[in-house]
Amino acid sequence: MDSLFNLFVRSVFIDNMIFAYFLGMCSFLAVSKTVKTSVGLGIAVIFVLLLTAPINWLVDTYLLKPGAMAWISSSLANVDLSYLSFLIFIAVIAAFVQLVEMFVEKFSPPLYNALGIFLPLIAVNCAILGVALFVQEREYQTLSEVTVYAAGSGVGWFLAITAIAAIKEKIKYSHIPPPLRGLGISFILTGLMAIAFMGFMGIKI
Amino acid sequence: MSANNKSNQEPLFSAKNTKLLKKPFNLENPITVQVLGICSALAVTVQMKPAIVMALSVTIVTGFSNLLISFLRDTIPARIRIIVQLVVVAALVIIVDQILKAYLYDVSKKLSVFVGLIITNCILMGRLEAFAMGNKPWPSFLDGIGNGIGYGAILVIVAFFRELLGSGKIYGYDVIPKVVFETGYVNNGLMILPPMALITIGVIIWLQRSRNRELVDKS
Repeated sequence: MDSLFNLFVRSVFIDNMIFAYFLGMCSFLAVSKTVKTSVGLGIAVIFVLLLTAPINWLVDTYLLKPGAMAWISSSLANVDLSYLSFLIFIAVIAAFVQLVEMFVEKFSPPLYNALGIFLPLIAVNCAILGVALFVQEREYQTLSEVTVYAAGSGVGWFLAITAIAAIKEKIKYSHIPPPLRGLGISFILTGLMAIAFMGFMGIKI
Repeated sequence: MSANNKSNQEPLFSAKNTKLLKKPFNLENPITVQVLGICSALAVTVQMKPAIVMALSVTIVTGFSNLLISFLRDTIPARIRIIVQLVVVAALVIIVDQILKAYLYDVSKKLSVFVGLIITNCILMGRLEAFAMGNKPWPSFLDGIGNGIGYGAILVIVAFFRELLGSGKIYGYDVIPKVVFETGYVNNGLMILPPMALITIGVIIWLQRSRNRELVDKS
């Protein structure tokens, strides 16, 4: 239990998707104009991550890894499909995002109105595929670890995009040299926020 | 789209086509102007070598995915085009990944998940949607290569400064003479840390926009 909590805190603050790995930067920079839309996108990312990361992990463990198919029959024990993992992961994510979109549209129109436009964007958000690939690379062993890691990464991303949106709302009122306006200052802001987040490094819980 | 419209064929490197190749270098740079493909641009720029390998991989994938999608553009149903595009891109990325693992194993370890993340690199989807779906194969191929190079240029510039200032090397070779260190010069360890990649790109954007006033944000 302790190690799971530790993993969660690590993935929110220390291994933050945006500030440590720069994943999901495109939508992070493009959609963070107001706090309200950022919150919507952040929640959608958490939601999709929580669903796709465990599924991708299951697919990887029981179908793709070298020897993973031994549970079907012993003749498949030395099949190694790991080279297909990129293709399968992205297909799972794209299909799942589509499915979630249809499901939410049918059963919860208010939620669909809040998240609807963001859902298609998420299929190509690097953070989602990034989590699937990190899970594969770091060889997390149990489903609960994977779920906690996915939740933590999602929450970290949510925090980051909400924070930058809040800063951007305020920065409208300050004098910035014209060539630096917009994209330039967003980069420098994100850099400074990342330096602040590095303060969490090395914390042991 | 008429396929048999061959009467007005233009030379392979006409002025229009070279423009496609050159424009992404400065005025339509994918990173600093179109805001595409930032995710991977930042994480692989600690040293020159991974940055160059990454730039080449992305250039190859953008070029060929643009070419393939442009060939397929009339047969892809609009509703499932995103999945078709992702599958084409993922197949190309798998090929690049396997080649890197076979011939450049240490670099491929350093790039870790970022080779896989070329799939969701926004440059690809952006160029496929904006260009390859509506243009002929050859211009699309050039557009892809041009955008890959524009992306790579920024990557290499950032990596150059981070490696030079952060560890005193260029492409793994020491360039700062020992004498300088003896007088008290120290490598700036901050440059190796991830946040400085963001700030370096911020400064590059600043410089580029102060030279090209038409790129400045109006708001």
